[in-house]
Amino acid sequence: MSEPTTPGAFPRRDFLKAGGALMVGFAIGVPVAAQQPAAGLPGAPDPNRLDTWVAIHSDNTATIFIGFVELGQGNSTALLQIAAEELDLEMSQVKTERVETGKTPNQGGTVASASISRGGPQIRLAAAEARQALLGLASVRLGVPPERLMVSRGVVSVVGEASTSVTYGALIGDRRFDVTYTGEAPLKDYRSYTVVGTSVPRHDIPAKARGTYVYMHHVRVPGMLHGRIVRPRGQGAYADGLRVVSVDPSSIDGIRGARVVRRRDFIGVVATDEWGAVRAAQQLKVVWDTPASLPATPAALFERMRSSPTIDRVAHDVGDTTAAFPTAAHVVARRYDAPYQAHAPFGPNCAIADVKGESAVVMCSSQNVYLSRTKLADVLQMPEQQITVQYYEGAGAFGHAPYNDAAQAAAVMSQEVAAPVRVQFMRWDEIGWDNYGPAHTSDVKIATDANGKFVAYEYHGWQHTWSQTDTTAQLAAGRPPTESATEGTRAQLVSTFNAGDMHVLPNWRIVNHRVPGMKGFLKGQSLRSPLDIAISFGSEQVVDELAYLANMDPYLFRRQNINGDRWLAVLTAVAEAAKWAPRRAGANVSSARVVTGRGIALGTHLASYGAAVAEIEVDTQTGVIVAKRMYGAIEAGQIVNPGIVESQITGMLIQAASRVLKEEVTFSPTGVTSVDWVSYPILRFAEAPEVTAVIVRRQDQPSTGAGEEAVAAGAAAIANAFFDATGVRLQEFPMTPARVLAALKKEGRA
Amino acid sequence: MPTTLTVNRRVVEVEAAPDTPLLYVLMNDLELQGPRFGCGLAQCGSCSVLVDGVETRSCVTPLERVAGKSITTLEGLSAWYAQQKKLATAPDLHPLQQAVIDEQAIQCGYCYNGLIVKGAELLSQNAQPTDQQIRTAMNGHLCRCGTYPRMMKAIQRAARTMAGGAA
Repeated sequence: MSEPTTPGAFPRRDFLKAGGALMVGFAIGVPVAAQQPAAGLPGAPDPNRLDTWVAIHSDNTATIFIGFVELGQGNSTALLQIAAEELDLEMSQVKTERVETGKTPNQGGTVASASISRGGPQIRLAAAEARQALLGLASVRLGVPPERLMVSRGVVSVVGEASTSVTYGALIGDRRFDVTYTGEAPLKDYRSYTVVGTSVPRHDIPAKARGTYVYMHHVRVPGMLHGRIVRPRGQGAYADGLRVVSVDPSSIDGIRGARVVRRRDFIGVVATDEWGAVRAAQQLKVVWDTPASLPATPAALFERMRSSPTIDRVAHDVGDTTAAFPTAAHVVARRYDAPYQAHAPFGPNCAIADVKGESAVVMCSSQNVYLSRTKLADVLQMPEQQITVQYYEGAGAFGHAPYNDAAQAAAVMSQEVAAPVRVQFMRWDEIGWDNYGPAHTSDVKIATDANGKFVAYEYHGWQHTWSQTDTTAQLAAGRPPTESATEGTRAQLVSTFNAGDMHVLPNWRIVNHRVPGMKGFLKGQSLRSPLDIAISFGSEQVVDELAYLANMDPYLFRRQNINGDRWLAVLTAVAEAAKWAPRRAGANVSSARVVTGRGIALGTHLASYGAAVAEIEVDTQTGVIVAKRMYGAIEAGQIVNPGIVESQITGMLIQAASRVLKEEVTFSPTGVTSVDWVSYPILRFAEAPEVTAVIVRRQDQPSTGAGEEAVAAGAAAIANAFFDATGVRLQEFPMTPARVLAALKKEGRA
Repeated sequence: MPTTLTVNRRVVEVEAAPDTPLLYVLMNDLELQGPRFGCGLAQCGSCSVLVDGVETRSCVTPLERVAGKSITTLEGLSAWYAQQKKLATAPDLHPLQQAVIDEQAIQCGYCYNGLIVKGAELLSQNAQPTDQQIRTAMNGHLCRCGTYPRMMKAIQRAARTMAGGAA
């Protein structure tokens, strides 16, 4: 090609000229002393040292070392706001570093809305500790006690004598604090905040709009080969693994520079150019042994879950539901089924690995670089300390997409061919070999007295837990398909938070029926608000049915049963936003072809409070549901950045509509059949509802997470709106045209 | 034999095989970051570019089919806009890129190459699109994060900016 001459036209070259890091060499920069791992720890900087968290530079700026990754939801901006606030710096004076093993602190995974709720207090304390240390230094330098000092924009001055001042940068610029992180430094009163609680623009958005943001997919390294994995299109049952019967390397002979990479049952191809790798992966002839052990239909999946031997645990048992139900005026008992759903990040997972004899560097879009490193060490049979894992943002995945699988695939191929290898999943690899949000089936039984007050609530849920073995580890290293421990984390189970917390329940019982062994099931992992859509879809529909039996408006019915001020606040806020006028649901059902309805629902994940209203249209001839308007309210304690939280609420409601109306992993006995955007449809632009996002602020409360807590309520509100429109209830989602028409026909409505 | 094409108003020659999808040429040979792989099936729009002003899925467009044609990527959008509007100098960003920033529309942003390219094409053909026209025009572009409502606002804002004569 001819050499471009004008800067701006070809940004990567400009980036290189500017000394940027897009073309990344594998020589890892010598870490500054402040970030040296402490002795005895597996490479993570010592969390008990202040230098692990904060570095002040000579130019009076600060680097905050954050262990949480930016997943495209804005958490990195919010965490920097917390640091800037406590350090009395402006946003332009703080930045963070790429998350990397051995360099950034190990704050655990970026999961379960933990960035602000768990990471926020850690960052806040570290920043406060740094401010305290800096004030101590300034006190000595200026010869006045710390109590007489004030800070603005990183300039410490004497109260009343603005000219007597020193900057943070002059006090310690680029030198270590060398002090212990006690976690006891005094914190600012939230009422004095000027940065936290404001809608600071996200720091990553300009580069993303410009096209200069470096996603994982943009990284290239010298000497790199392009790799692709070769697997059947669509995984089979997790417990079966996958066996290669034969491979015919000659089938890709015509593709220049392409070769097969095999380790046990792992098959991949590498090529010098990307198109060669893509073609080779499609053209390579492999005969697979694919057992036919998945259920034949979705209905058979739920029967398999219910008929399997289960490990039953009572998660919650208050009062005596068995005694209470017979005393009730109204009892509704229903079964609900919820499908496997995919993460399906818009850009499929991508990773680069350079594995040498004694060391390895792996770049990927992991939610937890330290855990990814542990898993890589096992697959590569290399000590963890010799592996560096660097985070590069991929496309939004909203949970545990197969980023470890991609990282391990790149690492295995690099180890085999002794060169750096870049692996990018194809669309069918990503959706077809995802760790799906697990399917769920439930029996929900709730009762009220004659006044519409809850008497008893009982929820039985069936689900398997989460797969722990990544497919590359399974195929290349022969690792057995393990699952998470019996109890799992709360996110894997039905709990009080998502099943009943919003109501006053005198008798309340929750039972988890765990299906162990994962035989005949698909890989499963966390997907935004795990299980909650399934739970609210059932629970909130039964609540709605009871409101109907009590001849009450569903909003007023929930109000009279509401559990506490915080649930009441979101319920009220969403009803006000939607200008909810009370009436009984289903009162306006008509015989028109296109009917309209509205629904309201409550829901959450593990903390925070969510409520939603949906207004929908149903075409009774085609069965198509369109969500026209949605309203969502959440209360998540202290809000760091309202603009970002509103953006999250909007996204959550759109995803709720997508998941409850359209998304379902389909399969045949031998494998998954939803492998692209046609066979795994998501909500499209023209189908998107108008959205109103409402935040209920409680700045006095700890932040509890705002990235997943409105999804369940949004989905359940749509389900309830369907009844309001048609007088018919659906007990399975997604609410596809086929299911809608079948349900209407069964009830004589179509 | 090298293929000659124009990318962001620059004539370039590339050595890639003629059947190579344009996307891989733009990403690997020309080192551009706007167009990116999403599906390889023309289903999602993350790879979109303008070919002679028409939004095109570069992941399924063989290099040989765009020989001699003019390709505009996200990186070249403001220059393309300036040329259309006969502006003396190209603004730093296309008005839609600026509107996307002003509306804080983006979440992960991976799909925004396609959303912006398609939105810019729409605005070049219809200076004041209605909501329904925006929904119809943008319907071939998916977004996993659910930012459609904010992108709608960004397109409306850009239309106002462009009508006001400001860059």
